[in-house]
Amino acid sequence: MQNGKVLLSPQRFELTIERICHQLIEDWGDFSDVCFVGIQMGGVPLGNRIVERLKVLTGNEQILYGKLDITFYRDDFRLNNKQLAPHPNEMNFTVADRNVLLIDDVLYTGRTIQAALSALQHYGRPKTVELITLVDRRFNRHLPIQADYTGMVVDALDEAYVKVRWQEIHGTDEILLFDKKN
Amino acid sequence: MSSLSTRHLIGIKNITEADIQLIFETADNFKELINRPIKKVPSLRDITVANIFFESSTRTRVSFELAEKRLSADTVNFAASSSSVSKGETLLDTVNNILAMKVDMVVMRHPAPGACVYLADRIPANVVNAGDGTHEHPTQALLDAFSIREQLGDLAGKKIAIIGDILHSRVALSNVFCLLKLGAKVRVCGPPTLIPKYYGDLGVEVSHDIMDTLRWCDVANVLRIQLERQDIKYFPSLREYHQYYGVTKSMLESLDKEIVVMHPGPINRGVEISSDAADSKQSIILQQVENGVAVRMAVLYLLASKG
Repeated sequence: MQNGKVLLSPQRFELTIERICHQLIEDWGDFSDVCFVGIQMGGVPLGNRIVERLKVLTGNEQILYGKLDITFYRDDFRLNNKQLAPHPNEMNFTVADRNVLLIDDVLYTGRTIQAALSALQHYGRPKTVELITLVDRRFNRHLPIQADYTGMVVDALDEAYVKVRWQEIHGTDEILLFDKKN
Repeated sequence: MSSLSTRHLIGIKNITEADIQLIFETADNFKELINRPIKKVPSLRDITVANIFFESSTRTRVSFELAEKRLSADTVNFAASSSSVSKGETLLDTVNNILAMKVDMVVMRHPAPGACVYLADRIPANVVNAGDGTHEHPTQALLDAFSIREQLGDLAGKKIAIIGDILHSRVALSNVFCLLKLGAKVRVCGPPTLIPKYYGDLGVEVSHDIMDTLRWCDVANVLRIQLERQDIKYFPSLREYHQYYGVTKSMLESLDKEIVVMHPGPINRGVEISSDAADSKQSIILQQVENGVAVRMAVLYLLASKG
């Protein structure tokens, strides 16, 4: 794979997540009527980080956090030859009457979020749904979907590819921009 | 992620170990899904599946239909007894007529071995074999192996006994192929008249001693005596069969270990297995039925993505 351009270094990476956490505390206090839902795969490491950090910052150990797999709700099934592989789904609560904070790493076309909203309906009628994303590729949207909390905004061409790397998976925290996928 | 090596599921003989593992991994996700409050996903919303049953079936037909509905597929059911087949229409004509109504997948059970291969070679839809005569019943073998994996973990090296009417059983043949591909040791046990001579050549042990087999195995998969296929007398009476080859609770209790008891259904209680053994805590018969839906969802999902 070609070398990507570093958009966010490890130091700024941590600061960015810290800033999102403080924004969330300002808006949601102790998170008593809130649940976090990380979208598999990319949203889960971000969700893990945010929820762990919020537990330390607020002292609330009971923050609700689920991991949602959207594979079976995707709109591109059978449209390409790639097999869509499902991932573990861990939702041990319903979202009925709760404020849901949906988490994904990169907001690109918006189709993942659309699928996540469909999947979420199977767990009840949420009071509100907001979206947290580390990277917002704001000019590449196919659907009218926007993020409420954003780590950084990236303006890139359609064929470009943004990759978030995580310390616990890839050995380092950084965001990379590639001219094209692979 | 890799995909299946085939567009049709005709038999376990034609698929690879990687295919089986892929089906299991996908079925794990579907098992979690069918235990949610809302058990439906939209994956196959643009697909129509025809369930064509030329032989009677309860479990398999209901299980396939539930799997299809939980994936949001449209389904049409067709039973040979109430159709134009009884007016003399051929299999290919019947199926082509159904396909002309734009059906994407066909799930078929047929009394003739090889009926699904015949069909798969001639029609554009994906074909899933739900049992063809005494040949194969692949989804049953997959759900049996999936259930064993759930109980005992990896199947490699595990000792699995298949007991009963091996001669007429498509479940036995598919199970043997599937278990051997997963690295398990397999023994078939039954009266000499109900075990075909070539079975030894498949790489399985053959035994006619039920107690010795139960002592040997980790899992006993007890098969039904197929009363409808006993065209000649293979054994003197059902009572005598039960006496020599029936599995009872006292036999299970006399073993120095706890083995897993399975049965693909329908059970002839008091013939191949006694009621107290079928209902004992070692029996996973109802888990097999539950897993059947998850495994069939995985098969349909993976085949549908092959187009």
